[in-house]
Amino acid sequence: MAKYNNHILVCGGTGCRASQSEEIVENLKQAVSDNSLENEIQVVRTGCFGFCEKGPIVKMIPDNTFYVQVTPEDAGEIISEHIVKGRKVERLLFTDPENNEHIADSKHMGFYKKQIRIALRNCGFINPENIDEYIARDGYAALGKVLSEMTPEEAIKEIKDSGLRGRGGGGFPTGLKWEITHNVEGDEKYVVCNADEGDPGAFMDRSILEGDPHSVLEAMAICGYCIGGSNGLIYIRAEYPLAIERLKIAIEQARELGVIGKDIFGTGFDFDVELRYGAGAFVCGEETSLIHSMEGLRGEPTVKPPFPSVSGYKGKPTNVNNVETFANIPVIINNGAKWFSSIGTEKSKGTKVFALAGKINNVGLIEVPMGITLREVIFDIGGGIKDGKKFKAVQTGGPSGGCLTEKHLDIPIDYDNLIASGSMMGSGGMIVMDEDDCMVSVAKFYLDFTVEESCGKCAPCRIGNKRLYEMLDKITKGNATEDDLGILRNLANVIKDTSLCGLGQTSPNPVLSTMDNFADEYLAHVKDAKCPAGQCKDLMEYVINPETCVGCTLCSRVCPVDAISGDKKQPHEIDTTVCIKCGACMEKCKFNAISIQ
Amino acid sequence: MTKVKTLDDLKKMRNELQSKLTLREKSDHPEKMVQIKVSMATCGIASGAKETMNYLIEELDNRAVDAVVTQTGCMGYCHSEPTIEVHVPGTEPVVYGHVDTKKAEEIITKHIIGGELVDGVIPVSYTTPNEDENEK
Repeated sequence: MAKYNNHILVCGGTGCRASQSEEIVENLKQAVSDNSLENEIQVVRTGCFGFCEKGPIVKMIPDNTFYVQVTPEDAGEIISEHIVKGRKVERLLFTDPENNEHIADSKHMGFYKKQIRIALRNCGFINPENIDEYIARDGYAALGKVLSEMTPEEAIKEIKDSGLRGRGGGGFPTGLKWEITHNVEGDEKYVVCNADEGDPGAFMDRSILEGDPHSVLEAMAICGYCIGGSNGLIYIRAEYPLAIERLKIAIEQARELGVIGKDIFGTGFDFDVELRYGAGAFVCGEETSLIHSMEGLRGEPTVKPPFPSVSGYKGKPTNVNNVETFANIPVIINNGAKWFSSIGTEKSKGTKVFALAGKINNVGLIEVPMGITLREVIFDIGGGIKDGKKFKAVQTGGPSGGCLTEKHLDIPIDYDNLIASGSMMGSGGMIVMDEDDCMVSVAKFYLDFTVEESCGKCAPCRIGNKRLYEMLDKITKGNATEDDLGILRNLANVIKDTSLCGLGQTSPNPVLSTMDNFADEYLAHVKDAKCPAGQCKDLMEYVINPETCVGCTLCSRVCPVDAISGDKKQPHEIDTTVCIKCGACMEKCKFNAISIQ
Repeated sequence: MTKVKTLDDLKKMRNELQSKLTLREKSDHPEKMVQIKVSMATCGIASGAKETMNYLIEELDNRAVDAVVTQTGCMGYCHSEPTIEVHVPGTEPVVYGHVDTKKAEEIITKHIIGGELVDGVIPVSYTTPNEDENEK
């Protein structure tokens, strides 16, 4: 076999593929063969590097050069300059926004400095479609160790001691869940992987499945051994075609190698994994709904207890864990509970993957130790707020979470602190907002999502959320009174207390947390009929400042509804009864004479 | 593909496969190992830098020395090609000129393993912006 002197890693995650990373791989391979370097250079398609903001990413090994925003046309230059002549292609290097200097090595980039990668350990490092590379990184060694050297009780104890908690949002101790399922009597038990990632802006589970599918398969088999089950099911949404494809390849390869299937490692333990596709309903991320959906029934929740650990899929004991939770398991077994529990805070051990999105410079996927502060995540790793604007809030936990503000920036992030601050961990989405975002509109956005996704089974969620949405809509239109705010809060609390499942129990959180943290903004909407952020169309007016307007007529020509009148070289005027507030005039005005009031 | 029957099978398989990824593993911690840069501009290549580089990679691998060998552009010592820069962790980088495979062998044995300088050192009298950046 050829011994390669250079590896070129190209991101093959969904984001980078959408920006033609497949063509980059093809062109790189072509350029390699044009230069007769096939025996020296290996081009590898990997999982997500996390730095999606600057994708597609190409990383050169061994010198660790990190090229960003590469296009297929750059492939030839990368080979002829970097490989043949040994010169870095400067224009493709990452530019440090602080001092405008090029940074060649990803290690020196602020984005990577504070990260610890456990769940994402292989993402952007191995080829996810090649089981050999996973095995070279100690893959399936944890399964081998558990099957050959440990009893189920010992393995469960290891997971319990590690302090790992469910990464899907709730934060239930994983080892305890396994123990409960283990202790239930049953001839047949199921291991279910919840890959129904539904929070807007969250994509960590997808990236793990795309970048390191074997780690999830291995962990499911370990779980199967611990609870005494030999059937694994992955519930994944059909909107994740690439993750599904890579999982299928991984399952095929693992079966071929015999690390899943019959008589694994000659120990007599059988375990196999099948895929189940979801249609993308948010409520199916709730475990009882998920199980019903897999059974072919309506994706609706049922009352717990009985918990799935006792009576789940087909009425059998079922252990449901999230993708990221599973991805942590093999490392815990290999490195030990003590190592894992040395990372993180007292009650939240290990790391958490967050998807950074919104008005932040470095959009992407990061993995950080629990206990890091929001300030470090947003300003050091995330690179601060886009366009130098002011930070206003960060929404964590998706539609079930809440908004945290400046005063929360220095709180160490863990499950309990986030809940104490009025938000939650959730699956790890972090949407950053700046001074131009209206918090009432943000709450309305999430309620809109919840109303759409409510399954309709229980009245508080079905009717209550709709009413909440209508009230928020009334506020953003300037038609609400101060009394409405009291009714809004009351209804939100009733929905929380009386809904059947987690969706309804948490859906008012975005409303309550914005009301608590941005009470002024709500008051401004109802008392003065003003939107301080200038977002609510019904509460604002475009006006022309007669002092700065030179009468160039440009605005009146772009106005789609002819709301602007005025003679040439004379100040113009906007007829607010006709104006549809599209903003076209303000965008075109070269003299900054148009403003929002 | 043959099936993995026991944990020992898996371990054997892993040990065989690991070499495929060593290059990537090493690049994760370059500061901890010997770094060698081979000047591979036109003059270097014409003087045989390619053979030197291949020899270095192979020989270091044979002797199980943790090292990263990369090519770099013209260092400006066209009179002494092929030139290489050897950076042993904890010491100053040293540039050698006229490095053929014989010289390379000497450098590995005496400098990298033995820790003493050998003949042919070119004194470095300048820094480049790139180097400054690497040292951050």
